[in-house]
Formats: sequence, structure tokens, C-alpha cells
Amino acid sequence: MKNSSHIKSKPVIATTSLAGCFGCHMSLLDIDERILQLAELVEFDKSPINDIKKISRPVDFGLIEGGCCNSENVEVLRHFRDNCKYLVSVGECAMMGGLPAMRNQLSIRECLEEAYLNSPSVQGCNEEGIIPSDDELPILLNKVYPCHEIVKIDYFIPGCPPRADLLWDVLTSLILGTSPKDQYSVFKYD
Amino acid sequence: MNELVNFTIDKKECMSTKGKYLVDAAAENGIYIPTLCNITGIQPRGACRLCTVKVNGKLTTACTTPVYNNMEVENESPELQDLRKSIIELMFADGNHYCPYCEKSGDCELQAIAYRYRVTVPRFPYSFPKREIEAGHPLLAKDHNRCILCKRCIKAVKDDDGRSIFAFARRSHKLTISVDTRLSHVMSPEKAAYAAEICPVGAILLKGAAFKKPIGERKYDKKPIGTELEM
Repeated sequence: MKNSSHIKSKPVIATTSLAGCFGCHMSLLDIDERILQLAELVEFDKSPINDIKKISRPVDFGLIEGGCCNSENVEVLRHFRDNCKYLVSVGECAMMGGLPAMRNQLSIRECLEEAYLNSPSVQGCNEEGIIPSDDELPILLNKVYPCHEIVKIDYFIPGCPPRADLLWDVLTSLILGTSPKDQYSVFKYD
Repeated sequence: MNELVNFTIDKKECMSTKGKYLVDAAAENGIYIPTLCNITGIQPRGACRLCTVKVNGKLTTACTTPVYNNMEVENESPELQDLRKSIIELMFADGNHYCPYCEKSGDCELQAIAYRYRVTVPRFPYSFPKREIEAGHPLLAKDHNRCILCKRCIKAVKDDDGRSIFAFARRSHKLTISVDTRLSHVMSPEKAAYAAEICPVGAILLKGAAFKKPIGERKYDKKPIGTELEM
């Protein structure tokens, strides 16, 4: 019975980039012409690839790039958890915080002062010494969290970015319900 | 003459010389037992616990256990695999291991063993400790973020008079490796390269030698660690 929905309609995929660099999405595009096969196999809902902004229907597989560095990331991640049958952490940032988590050794004040007051790129252009603070802006978290420390994550695809072949292997396995090839040469953390 | 002994690892018949440490005896018989702290030929300390095996039903470290006749060793059971995975995961959660920009990535033994056991995320929360990078030594940089306290550098790197260049400082969860600044300033380039090489992670780095090998040509890019031993 579990697979009956798959027979009736194509599985739905949604993707998002939280505190990430979009490199994992670029790697998804690196599956090259296989993207045509992917388009045959699934339907895409919210994703930066098709520019759909909101999840509009129940999603089978939600792919998360990036960790959580602010309140908006947490909100989007929880929205994905509520609407996706399975959540997949894609890439090092989603899995361990990645490069944004380099700030976890510093206080938020140190980060903001470096970004808006002290760094060479802002010299001479922020003479009033303003650090943006507005109700409209998401609040920074005390540190950058990996996604599985915020919500339950079902699958993990490591890499920075994950190799296109690994993404393809895991995605097709999830969609078709088969076992992944689990090739050593594409299972990397960098 | 050295006495030969017969023993089994995961029910496979093995033979080696009496008194040889189990890690080395297993390697002679084409069996890989993972380890991060052991260096063949140097007195083992059993620091990393990664080589934990069951000998006649009891947990012990294979790097410190000499082989004897009729020993029954369990090495790759699901229980031991999970135990080893948990040790690797603890190391990743305890330090700051940012593989994407680490110079040692691809040549790192901790990473390679994690690949071998297909570790994705640790079962423990990341601690993101605040640790220092010592870049003041002329030939070496010591990044405490990545140090797993395996003691390899302490045991294996001595100056020409036998003095230790690396030593433990402080205790308990504050334990750290301290580098003798006076000796590090007169260290030979060969010795510095050796220290960087035996470091199983990217905690001791040779200055000016980063990212020499392209991705795809690094030590553990194509084949899992240990496969060179396995038959």
C-alpha cells in the first residue's frame, strides 16, 4: 500500500537552501542530462531551481542545503519537516554547520562588528557605525546548528558539495525504492 | 627461533609470531584493524581505542594485545563496528573538523576511517569548542581544533638528543598537546615533515605545503583505508 501513491502520481520533491552557498544545488544541476530523467521521475514543488516560493502540496522528499544560522532558517526547516514525508540533509553545512559554523567560536557581537564596522570592505562607507537591527530581519542564532539538531532528518548526503553521482544515486534510490550503489569514490566530506 | 602461534580472527585461521601485537599480526594475515594512534615499531599506548576487538569474548585494544596460541578474536561484528563508529563520531563531535577546507582532507586517517564506516552525522551533538591555532613555529602550524590527542607526535617525534618536541599539557577535558617552542625553532625540515605526516588528522601542518595534491589523487580518494592490507 505504501507505494500506491507513487503509482498514481509522481513523487514530489522540494528543495531549499538555508545557511548554504547554493553549491549543493549547483551539484544537483551537475547531474547534467540526467536532469531530464529526473524530470520524468518526479515533480518539483518549492525549489530555487524553479523559483516556486511556497510548498503547495504534500511533498515526498525535501532536500535541505545549509545549516541553521538564523530564525528564518529554523522556520523554513520546520515548515519542510511539517510538509515532507522524508527530509534529506544535503552537504556538509546541513550535516555539521559547514563553513558558516566557523563563527561558532566567536560571539555574535564579534561577528557583527567584523562584518559592519571593522572589515576592510566597509571602511569609509559606514561612518555612523550602524549594525543593522530591525524587526523585519531574522534574528541570528547563538551559533550555527546542523539541521538534524533542530528537526528529525531521515537521510544524509555528505560532500562539499556532494558529488553529482552521489546525489543521483541517492535520489534515484529514494524515488524508486532501490538500494543505493554506495560507491566509495563519491562518498566524501569535501 | 621465534615461536609461531595459531589464532583466529572472525573465524579465519591466522598465524603469526608469539608476542607480536594483534594489529600487526592481523595485518600479516591480510586483516585490517583500524587504528589512529598506533605506529608500527613504537611502543603502543591504546590511546584512541579504535582498534577495540573482542579476545575470547572480552573487549580489548588490538594494538596493545600480543597474540598467543588459540586466541579467538572478533573484529568486524556489527557490535564492534557500531562501537568503532561511535568512537569516530565522538571525535568529530568533540573537535572542530571542517573537512571542506582542511589541508589534510583526502590524506586524513580519521576521515578515511569515517569513510570506511560510512559515518554521516554523529549521534552526539557537536560541541564546537573554542580552540587555538599555534602558527608561531617556523616550519609547523599546530591546529588544536583538529587534534584528537592520539599521542603519535609525542611518541614518535624527538629531537637528535631524544628530547620530546610535543608533550601533553593540562588534564582531563582541558588536555592539550603543547609544542616546545625552543625545540620547534631548531627542528629540521625532515623532522617537521615527519611530524606532519604521522599526525592522523590535520592538527600538525607543514607550512607552505598545503593543497599540493589535487582532489582525486590524494591517499584515500579512490580506495578505502586498509584495503592495501586486505586479501
